[in-house]
Amino acid sequence: MDDLLRDFLTESSENLARLDNDLIALERQPGDATPLNSVFRTIHTIKGTCGFLGLTRLETLAHSAENLLDALRSGKLSVSDALINDVLAAVDQIKNILEALESTEAEPDGDDLRLIAQLDAWMSHDPTHAATTEPEDMPEPRLPNAPAQDTDELFPTPSSGGATMFAPDVAATGEPTATRAESDAPVVENRAPLADSTLRVSVGLLDELMNLVGELALSRNQLAQLAAGDEQSVFTHPVQHLNRVTTDLLDAVLRTRMQPIGNAWTKLPRLVRDLSSAAGKQIELVMEGADTELDRQILQAIQDPLTHMVRNSADHGIEDAPARRAAGKPEQGTVRLAARHEGGHVIIEIADDGRGIDVSRVRRKAIERGLVRADLAETLSDTQVLRFIFEPGFSTAEQITNVSGRGVGMDVVRSNIEAIGGSVELQSEFGRGATVRIRIPLTLAIISALIVESAGESFAVPQIGIVELVRVTEEKRQLVERVNGARFYRLRDVLLPLVDLHGLLELEPRADVETQSIVVCQVGHQRFGLMVDEVFDTAEIVVKPVGRLVKHLSAYAGCTITGDGRVIMILDPSGVASMAAINERSSRDESALAAAKTSLGASEEATESILLFDAGFPAMQAVPLSLVARLEEFAPSVFEEADGQFLVQYRGALIPVIPANPSIDIRALDPRPVIMFNDGERTMGVAVNAIRDIVEEKLSIERSATRAGVLGVCVINGKATEVIDTDYFLRLAYADWHRSLGHSGTDSAAPHVLLIDDSRFFLGLLAPALRAAGFHITTASGAESALARLDAGETFDLVISDIEMDGMDGFALAEAIRRKPLGKELMLVALTSRDGSDDYARGIAAGFDAYLPKYDRETVVSTVRRLTTRELAAA
Amino acid sequence: MTTTLRSRRTAAQSAIHEYVTFALGEQWIGIPVGSVQEVLVAQHIARVPLAPSAVAGFLNLRGQIVTSIDLRTTLGLKPREADATFMNVVVRQEGELFAFMVDDVGDVLAFDDEVIEDTPATLDARWRSACHGIVRREHDLLLILDVQAFLRLDQPTS
Repeated sequence: MDDLLRDFLTESSENLARLDNDLIALERQPGDATPLNSVFRTIHTIKGTCGFLGLTRLETLAHSAENLLDALRSGKLSVSDALINDVLAAVDQIKNILEALESTEAEPDGDDLRLIAQLDAWMSHDPTHAATTEPEDMPEPRLPNAPAQDTDELFPTPSSGGATMFAPDVAATGEPTATRAESDAPVVENRAPLADSTLRVSVGLLDELMNLVGELALSRNQLAQLAAGDEQSVFTHPVQHLNRVTTDLLDAVLRTRMQPIGNAWTKLPRLVRDLSSAAGKQIELVMEGADTELDRQILQAIQDPLTHMVRNSADHGIEDAPARRAAGKPEQGTVRLAARHEGGHVIIEIADDGRGIDVSRVRRKAIERGLVRADLAETLSDTQVLRFIFEPGFSTAEQITNVSGRGVGMDVVRSNIEAIGGSVELQSEFGRGATVRIRIPLTLAIISALIVESAGESFAVPQIGIVELVRVTEEKRQLVERVNGARFYRLRDVLLPLVDLHGLLELEPRADVETQSIVVCQVGHQRFGLMVDEVFDTAEIVVKPVGRLVKHLSAYAGCTITGDGRVIMILDPSGVASMAAINERSSRDESALAAAKTSLGASEEATESILLFDAGFPAMQAVPLSLVARLEEFAPSVFEEADGQFLVQYRGALIPVIPANPSIDIRALDPRPVIMFNDGERTMGVAVNAIRDIVEEKLSIERSATRAGVLGVCVINGKATEVIDTDYFLRLAYADWHRSLGHSGTDSAAPHVLLIDDSRFFLGLLAPALRAAGFHITTASGAESALARLDAGETFDLVISDIEMDGMDGFALAEAIRRKPLGKELMLVALTSRDGSDDYARGIAAGFDAYLPKYDRETVVSTVRRLTTRELAAA
Repeated sequence: MTTTLRSRRTAAQSAIHEYVTFALGEQWIGIPVGSVQEVLVAQHIARVPLAPSAVAGFLNLRGQIVTSIDLRTTLGLKPREADATFMNVVVRQEGELFAFMVDDVGDVLAFDDEVIEDTPATLDARWRSACHGIVRREHDLLLILDVQAFLRLDQPTS
């Protein structure tokens, strides 16, 4: 292709990309001369060059457009939507012709008479039209040497540094590409020619430069360490100087790869405008932080996801004007695109004030699609539910896109963003709008990392995934808790799952480590603590890929070479999290909770009334209101102390009152609020500092127990809240009472039920319910311990067992019990959150007398009553 | 012994090739000189936890990451003494660098393809699949390693 033609094509498409935005700016602010002049200049330039290159068709069209713009400029015509539409149509047609020109090197056949007539019609409305038409040159033969001043005008240098990045691709491929050029900066105001101060450089060369500088930085690090030991060395000063220069060089090279994010936004104003006029909506696209810079590699990777999400917001998010009016919103919808730097990351937000997303619909859809179990889905927070939109199975759901907005391709959006180490999340308030928040690293080649050591080996942890560091000193060691074999650290109010790095990597732990450290990592929404022996410095490291023999190891993101020349592995926090099955751990807690929670409620949909109170712990305390008998207040004088316990006379009986927090001085508050519990026969009170609230919430435990007396931690009103274990307090209050009853034998008439579940929470909730119904309850936390009780000769009238348990499951337990001589007659009831006739048949085959859904407490109680009555009658 | 001369080799294909030889215990092994980039003295080798047992770790060769492979482990020999010295034969394979940890490196020897015999069927399967052939020498047999096949052998099965 002719060099001149190629340059013309490149420059024209760059200019045209800017044109779209200028025209839209013009439409918005008809009085503003800047965009108008810019549009006029661009069209004029194209027209002039066309004549020069002998492209008559293009020239004729550009000429008509130019006339129209000139009339606008001189105030002979005024800006209107229809007029701008026509100019945009002309711009589109110019683009089409340029594209054809690019592929065939000749103007396509045909003409644009209709379009030209349409453009000219505007002029004929105007009596002064003739005066605005300037005499036009005839197409001139192409000259081999363009005069210098022409070149300046033809190729106005783009103002942004980013624009210079596109040309290298052109140079590299030898072909100009119109689409690439469209990602020019949207900034138009300060387009002062800067021809002498910028240069087009091949991206390949920049990448090579980047690699070399990376290597140089490594050598610098090695040299610096060699010189570090010896202050007197003649090398000290030169090395220091080298150090400074290398750092600056690294920085400068990194900057050559930086482009303003606006480069990825240029197409968007036009996109939104077209979408809104096609759908008859009014949408304003607000762009903030377009000059936020990030690595071009990343910029390219996010361009498509961004376009997709903005289109979603405009197309599905924003309602049409009548709907907005009806919803009491301004007729004009807003899509806000914002970018900013935030600690080594770029945050991009796409927010709209449209109809938002119906979370309950997403939840239903997720259940239908089999992405989540129905009972589990109820316990998920809205943010967790909205995350399903990014699931592959979800995107194909056709209904959801019409009703609630997003859907198509969101899984692709997520995988594109995650591929560059970013994360994406969606928030929405139904009826109010939705916000997508993307978090991406600034650059991929060099990262900041924390160097840690475990079992004598060093590792780098990308700083990006690190939230904080905790040093586990002797006194803090008690904050490390063990729950079901998994370790947790009590970090403020949150239980942080711990991963021992040496255990995970199968390294021999060192015996001489005194204090370990916890590197708190965040992967998506999951936090976990990485236990390491030692934490060293942070360092800028060059990420190097690992060889193919170890590529399959998900624990690593790559490797790097340290200042002293050693190779160390870079840990990949998300790989570590999945290896340690952090997610499964918490979801197991959630599923137990889901089952437990629904066992209390009448239906699956129901939320729970939860009583919130303050007991002097850092976290708010909670208890399901269904377990509370009454709320009372007592004057300090009514508390009597006996046998190390506080007692109050209450409704004709002396009942024990236990402080919710051992540090509470019961008499210190007047009146002292007390929560009364009753399990059927016994009443007791728990003294608290203040009753705070009663809320309707889904009880969804995020973490298992933090300390005795607590079943788990859940989030209520956005705060970590501890759910107390009422059974624990009952046992505290009636420790002696239990024993005395055992002796007197009054209890022996009550059917004795063994309740087995590996979820302490579930036991804590169902046991009081059964006790309240008059049963004598013994609990076991697993099939194995239940069998041990039976083997030890304990007798029961009935056994209730969970089906899904760690270790031996309910089916195996039933079979084992039935094999025992005394087990043949024992009544066995299965509780499950699974439903399905196969399971039912399997349960009956295994020897269960009844197979009940876990969430239906009333059925459980009535079935147990029916079976035990029959049992007793038969006996 | 059932070894035979490679009768299918024609005179036209017959050519002289050079081999870098190295020792693993008593056994001498040769690899084509063209696949060897360089030989390094003992280096610091960074362990890669969880890596397949064949991978001894990574070493830094002027800023390039080289996957180090302990031939003793791979070929089922008893592990090297902790303080024993070793050499690294750096091999480039499909654009990636590997370093073979060996006990000692010997001369570069030239053999006519004619003298390379088929690997004996009696050889341990692990060795046989990694060998291209053998050369009878005065006092011992020199194994010719098929580098590509050998590195395929080390591919993790997972």
